[in-house]
Amino acid sequence: MGINWIYPEHEVVRNRDRCINCRVCERQCANEVHEYLSEHDKMVCDDAKCVNCHRCVSLCPTRALKIIPSGNTYRPNSNWTNRTINELYRQADTGGVLLSSMGCPQRYPVYFEKILLNASQVTNPSIDPLREPMESKVSLGARPRDIQRDENGRMINNLPPQISLSMPVMFSAMSYGSISYNAHESLARAAQELGILYNTGEGGLHEDFYEYGANTIVQVASGRFGVHSAYLNSGAAIEIKMGQGAKPGIGGHLPGTKIVGDISRTRMIPEGSDAISPAPHHDIYSIEDLRQLVYSLKTVTGHKKPVIVKIAAVHNVTAIASGIARSGADIIAIDGFRGGSGATPTRIRDNVGIPIELALASVDQRLRDEGIRDNVSIIVGGSIRSSADVVKAVALGADCVYIGTSALMALGCHLCRSCHAGKCNWGIATQEPQLTRRLNPDIGHRRLVNLMNAWRHEIKEMMGGMGINSIESLKGNRSMLRGIGLNEKELEILGIRHAGE
Amino acid sequence: MLREGQVRIPSGCAISGMIDKSGRRFCGEDIIKSIAVMHDRSNGLGGGFAAYGIYPQYKDYYALHVFFDSTAVRRDCEAFFERHFDIINLSKIPTRKMKEITDEPYIWRYFVTPLPSKLTDSQLDEREFVARCVFRVNTQYDGAYVFSSGKNMGVFKAVGFPEDVGRFYRLEEYEGWCFTAHGRYPTNTPGWWGGAHPFALLDYAVVHNGEISSYDANRRAIEMYGYKCTLQTDTEVITYIVDYLHRKKGLTLPEISSVIAAPFWQTIQRMPQAERETLEYLRVMFAPQLITGPFSILVGHEGGLMALNDRLKLRSMVVGEQGNMTYIASEEAAIRVIAPQLESVWAPKGGEPVIVEVEHGN
Amino acid sequence: MKKIYVNEQWCLGCRLCEYYCAFAGTGERDMARALAGMKIHPRMRIEEKDGISFAVSCRHCKDALCVKSCITGALTVTDGMVAIDQDRCVGCCTCVLVCPFGAVASTAHGVMQKCELCVQSSAGTPACVRGCPNGAIVFEERGAAR
Repeated sequence: MGINWIYPEHEVVRNRDRCINCRVCERQCANEVHEYLSEHDKMVCDDAKCVNCHRCVSLCPTRALKIIPSGNTYRPNSNWTNRTINELYRQADTGGVLLSSMGCPQRYPVYFEKILLNASQVTNPSIDPLREPMESKVSLGARPRDIQRDENGRMINNLPPQISLSMPVMFSAMSYGSISYNAHESLARAAQELGILYNTGEGGLHEDFYEYGANTIVQVASGRFGVHSAYLNSGAAIEIKMGQGAKPGIGGHLPGTKIVGDISRTRMIPEGSDAISPAPHHDIYSIEDLRQLVYSLKTVTGHKKPVIVKIAAVHNVTAIASGIARSGADIIAIDGFRGGSGATPTRIRDNVGIPIELALASVDQRLRDEGIRDNVSIIVGGSIRSSADVVKAVALGADCVYIGTSALMALGCHLCRSCHAGKCNWGIATQEPQLTRRLNPDIGHRRLVNLMNAWRHEIKEMMGGMGINSIESLKGNRSMLRGIGLNEKELEILGIRHAGE
Repeated sequence: MLREGQVRIPSGCAISGMIDKSGRRFCGEDIIKSIAVMHDRSNGLGGGFAAYGIYPQYKDYYALHVFFDSTAVRRDCEAFFERHFDIINLSKIPTRKMKEITDEPYIWRYFVTPLPSKLTDSQLDEREFVARCVFRVNTQYDGAYVFSSGKNMGVFKAVGFPEDVGRFYRLEEYEGWCFTAHGRYPTNTPGWWGGAHPFALLDYAVVHNGEISSYDANRRAIEMYGYKCTLQTDTEVITYIVDYLHRKKGLTLPEISSVIAAPFWQTIQRMPQAERETLEYLRVMFAPQLITGPFSILVGHEGGLMALNDRLKLRSMVVGEQGNMTYIASEEAAIRVIAPQLESVWAPKGGEPVIVEVEHGN
Repeated sequence: MKKIYVNEQWCLGCRLCEYYCAFAGTGERDMARALAGMKIHPRMRIEEKDGISFAVSCRHCKDALCVKSCITGALTVTDGMVAIDQDRCVGCCTCVLVCPFGAVASTAHGVMQKCELCVQSSAGTPACVRGCPNGAIVFEERGAAR
C-alpha cells in the first residue's frame, strides 16, 4: 500500500451460512483470489486479484458467492470519474500504455437499441414460421452485371465463387493463440453443424482443423502468420484483414510466452518469439496495392474462393468501402468500434472508430448510389448481441453478420475483459493447459449450436411478423425500421424514419 | 395530406384482365362490366385500365398519356417533348363529363418517336431513351405526370370507382386485344390521379392486388439500376422489376416468375439437376428482385399477358378460358359476368405463372 | 448397461463430483444445509498427480473381486451393478483390500459404501455426472464390461 494503491473495483462476497468449504472456488481461480485456511477451517479471499470473471460464482455448488462493485469512491466528480482517476494513477505508476480486452464498454450510443422493427397488421398477413417455409439461407459473393446464355438459350452459371450459409451469421476472426485450441474446435464443429463459417483469425490453421475447411474462412493479416498455399486453399473463403474495430490503425502483438508448441508451428514462427502484426500491411500502402493482393490470393486459389476484405469502421469508411468494391474483392467485412479484441490499447479501443450501425447504413447507401452494391456482399460485426441486432443489421443493408463476443459468451466468457492477462478462467483466451481443458468442445460446440438455433428461430419469428418469408426480402428493407429518440441527422445517415412517421 | 410519392401508401384492390390470344380486337365494354362486379373491393379512391392494340393507326409511335396540373406546365413539358421527340399527333384524351368523377387534371395524349439526332447522341436504345425521358418529366416537371408510354397501348386511370373511370374515359369506344383493370382500396391517399393504377412504363402495364413486404428491399435495389420510385407504390416497383428483368436482362416470363415468386429452397432441392441449377442461379443472381408478401399481378405487355400470385398465394386470383379468350380476375364472379359458360376455370397455385402469348399476325 | 466413465482430458480436479456425490445421499434439498461444517464421505474420489486428475468410482466389474470376497454376502451384482446391503455389512474391509480401483471405502459409522449409480434417486443420471461442469464424467452404454 502506498501512493500506488488502488482499491479493488470488485468485492467477492461470501455467504458464510452457505459456504461448505468445498474449495471449488480456490481450485478454479487462476488469479488465486480464494484461499482455504485449514487452521481456521474457512475460506478467505483477496478482492484485489479478482477480475470478476464469475468462474467461482458459476461453479459454487451452494450459491455462496457473489461479486459486487466494491463501492469505494473518490470524491464524486462528473469530470474526473473513478475510472479516469484510476487509469491515471496506474500510468503514473508504470509509465505504460493501458491495455484492455474485448469491445469498447464506454457509454456511447447503441443505435441498435434506438431502432424498432415493424410487423404486419390487417393490410397484409404475418406469416407463421411454424406453418410456412421461412428462408434464412444466404449467399455471399459478387453478382455479375448480366446473364449469359449458351447457344441453346440455357443460362450459363457466371456467378463468381459464393459462400452459402444457412443463416446470416458467421463466427468472426479469432486467432489460434489469442484463443485456445478447444475454443477453435468448438467454433469449427459448430460452424459445420450449423452450415455456417468460422474464421481462423491471423494465427494460421491448426492441422487438426483442415477437415472443417468447407466451413472455414482463412485469414491473411499483416503479420502473414501461418500463411501458405495449402492454408489458403483449405478454406471456403479468404479474408484479408486490414483493420479491426477494437484497434483501428493498430497492429497486433501476441507475446512470446504464448508462442508455444502447436501455436509456434501453426504460426510458422520460432517458439518464444513475439508475434507482431504490423499496423499496416507493408505491401499495401494504397488501394491499388490491395487489388494486387486480392488477385494474388485469387490466383493462388485458382479463382475458386471469394476474397473478403475486413476493415475497421472509421470516419471515411464509405470511401474505403467504395474502393474495395472496385478492387476485385467479393465481400467487405466492416468491424464497428465496439468490436472485441484479445488485447488492445485502452485509449484506441475507447476513442477510435465509429458505430457499426452508422458505418453499415452509409456504406450500403454509398455503394448503391455508385451502382456497385452488386460487386460485393457486406458483412458487419462489432457487437451483434442478439437476433434482433441481426435482423436490424440485415434490414439496414448487411448480407450477413459476424459474431465474436457473443460466440465466446456461449463458450463461457463472462466479459471480465482480462484476456490480455492470459489467465482466462474459462479456458478461452489462454494457452495454459490447466485452463484450456476447462473448455470441453463437446459442450462448447453444443452451446454455440444452441445459441444460433435460438437466434434462427427468433429471426424467423421477426421476419414472419413482418410478412417476409425470405431473408433476401429483408436485406436493405429499411422501411421495416423506425428510429426512436434519434435526431434528424442520425435518421438521415441510417436512412430510416422516426417512429410514428 | 401527403400524396403518392411523398409517402408510402398501401392498398387492397380488385384486378381483372382479359385477352384474346388470336389478336382479335374487342371493345372495352366487357372489362368495365367485369371490374364493376367487384365494386366492394374498391373504395372510390382510384380505378384504371390498360388497353392493348387500341392505336393501330399509330402503332409505330409511343403513345404518351400525360396529366397536367396547369396549362403552364403543359407548355413547359411540350417544349421538352419537342426537344426530344418528333410529335406526330397530340390531343386531349376524350372524356365524358360525369358527377362521379371530379377534379380532373388536363389529360393529354401525344404520339411520338424519338428525334434521330437526340437518340444517336444519347447512345441509348430507343426504348431506354423513351423510358429516361418519362423519368425526367415525372421527376423534374412538377405538375406533369406521364402515366402511359407504350406503343399501340394506353393506360386510362383516375380517382373514382373503376367502372365510373371506364365510362369517364369512354373505354367502350376503344377496341383492343387485351384489357386489364384495377379497382383500388388505398388506406390513406388523398386521391391523386397519378396514384391510381395500372402503373405503366413503355408497354409494360401492371395491375396488382396486395401489399408486398419486400417493398423497400426491392425499391432500393431497383433504384440502383437507374429507376426512380417516385410513387412509392408496390405496383410501381413491380413494374420496374419486370421491365428490368424482361427488357434489360432478357429473362423470359417464366424465368421472371421464378425470380419474383421464387420457389422455396426446399422445393428447388428436390428438382432434377438442370432445373435445380437454373433456379439456384436465378435466386442468387436476382435475390433482391424476390418479392414477398401478398400479391396477385397482371402484367400486360406487347407480347401478351402474364398473371402471377405470390409464392404463398396470399391473394385470390382465378383464371377462366373460353375459346381464344382468357379471363383473369380477383373473383370468379367477375369472369362469369362476361362469360357465364367457361371451358375451364381454376385458381393458379402460388408462384405459378399464367402466360398468354398473343398471335400478332391477326 | 449404462455406467459412469471419466475422461481425464476434461477432468479439472475441481472436486465438485465428490460434493454432489456426498450430497446425493443426504436426502436434503439444499447442499448448504446438508454439508455445511461436515466432513464429507463421497463414494467417488478425485485422484490427482502431475496436473492430471481423475474421478475414481466403482467400475461395476463383471467379475467383481469385492463380491467374491465379501464374507457376509452384503455385496451382490444386481442387473450388472455391484450393490451393497449395508445392513449385512460387518465392516471387515475385505472388499476395500481387494478392490483394484480403491472404489470401496468405509463410512463414518463403520460399514462400507460404494457408488451405486444413484439408482435410489429419481433423476436417472448420477449426481456426479450432472454436477460435473466440464462433461468429464459421463453416464453411458459402452459395449461389454470387463
